[in-house]
This record gives sequence, structure tokens and C-alpha cells, in this order.
Amino acid sequence: MAEDKHHHIVPYRLYAIILVALLALTFASIGITEIELGKFTVAGALLLAGVKSVLVLIYFMHLKYDKPYIKIMVAFVFLIFVVVIVITFLDYLYRV
Amino acid sequence: MTDHITTNNMSEHQHAHHVEHPDMYDPESSKIGMWLFIFTELLLFGGLFIVYSVYRYLNPDAFHLAAEELNTFIGALNTVILLVSSMTIAMSTTALQKGHKKVAIALVSVTFLIGLVFLVNKYFEWGVKFSHGIWPGSEQMLNEMSQGEILFFGLYFVMTGLHALHIVVGLVIMVFAIKGVSSGKVNAQRPSLLDNCGLYWHLVDLIWIFLFPLFYLIH
Repeated sequence: MAEDKHHHIVPYRLYAIILVALLALTFASIGITEIELGKFTVAGALLLAGVKSVLVLIYFMHLKYDKPYIKIMVAFVFLIFVVVIVITFLDYLYRV
Repeated sequence: MTDHITTNNMSEHQHAHHVEHPDMYDPESSKIGMWLFIFTELLLFGGLFIVYSVYRYLNPDAFHLAAEELNTFIGALNTVILLVSSMTIAMSTTALQKGHKKVAIALVSVTFLIGLVFLVNKYFEWGVKFSHGIWPGSEQMLNEMSQGEILFFGLYFVMTGLHALHIVVGLVIMVFAIKGVSSGKVNAQRPSLLDNCGLYWHLVDLIWIFLFPLFYLIH
């Protein structure tokens, strides 16, 4: 994997692979919203957006190579953020 | 003060035509600072996302109707554009670390140009809305739209507008990053400016990853 003695240098190829994955997920989310899934369309599109943002955070934003305390700090803040959003959307889905 | 303070090797490398001061370069603090700033941005846009979801819940039909007005193709195109630009700026940090200065400059410049294309698309997209008489407070909006549609377009203009403003800021930071790399101030040993420029740009990408499905896809 590591082509250099530097542990932090991310190979170009990895970024290209992540881009392909992100594009595939984008087209998947366009596809999923074309199908009528009712209320689950929102959940599906947001779930795919969530997966995409995790890829961006881990690879593009280098979290994979950061020190543990930075990982924990970022994960904690984003998790709280996600929890707030999820609770809001659960409210949306299950109100009568 | 006559003393030249040289706390580490770094400052010895720097030519002293001015007063020398201790090298305060600290990549770790600067990274933490950038992340803290990103958290505040998360609160800004997160608040707007919650406003959007609440109004969407209150006006489902109007949001459905209004969202049909948006062009999914141009939204998807801008998504692809931003994802590619995120990759190019990420690659520029690799190039800098490998010591390939010219490649790094080229990659940031490419990112800059792709960011401009995003804004051009946004210009045309908003232009179409304006030509249909849709802008915040327009007569068409106030007279012919329901409360829910007004809210949808209000949020659309505020959120995509605020995002576009972030694109502009990102482009300005890139100019500084390009200058820094070309002058050699930003290099493999001192990459923070470019790294943080990249982090900021990825944040702009992250926000768009959620704006796109919420406004363009969910009908």
C-alpha cells in the first residue's frame, strides 16, 4: 500500500477510487428517487447522502490518517448532528 | 532585542531580512482550528436543514409541487462537478507532500476552475428562476404561490445562496494556497494552508451532498 516512507501520503489512485464510489452513489440516489417508494424515498436519499459524506470525511478529509483524538472529536460532533437530524425525520415519518 | 531566537531548525532555514521571531508554525493546532470552524459551519447549515424539514412536514404538497420546478439535471451536474473538484484538491495535497510543486499548483488551479464552472451553472440556474419571475419577494411569488411554495423557494434561495457564498470563499482561499505553493511558503514541510484549504472545500462538498437530494431529488 504505502509507496513512500511517509505514512501520510495518500496515493492518487485511492482518491480516484473514492471519486468513482461517490459518483456511483450519486447516480444510485438519483435512481432511487425516480422509483416511487413513498416516505422511504426521503430516507433512502438521505441514507445514500450519509454514506457519501462518510467517504468524504474519512478519505478526502484525511480522518483515516489523523490521530485518534481528532477522529473521536469529529465523529462525536457529527454523530450528535446526525442524531438531531434523525430524530427530526423520525418525527416526520411517524406523526399521524 | 539583539537576540536571535532560534527555537528549532525551521527558523534557521528562513532568511532573515526582517527581525527573526520564533517559528510558530504548528500544523496540529491549525488543523484543530479548522475542524472547530467546520463544526460551527455544521451548526449554521444544520439549523437550516432542520428548518427545511419542519416546513416540509407542514407543507408536503407545496414542497412537492415547488421541487418539480427545479432542474434535476443541473443539480446532478453540479454534484458531479463538486465531487470531481474535491478529488483534485485532495490530490494536490498528495502532490505537495511528494514535493511535486508544479503538479500541486496545477491541481489546485483545476479545482479553482471547476469551482468557477459550478458558479456559472448556478448563475444560469438562478437566471432561469428569475426569468420565470421567481425570486425572494417577487410579485409572482407573493401573488400566485401558496405559503408552502414561498417557503420552499425562500429556503432554496437562502440555502443554495449561502452555499454559493461558501464556494466563492473557497475560491479566494485557493488563490492564497496557489500563491503560497508557488512562492514556496507552503511546501511539503509546511502544508497547513493547502491542507486547510482542502478541508474547507470538502466541507462545501459535504453540504452540497445533502442540498442536492433535499432540493432536487425528493419530489
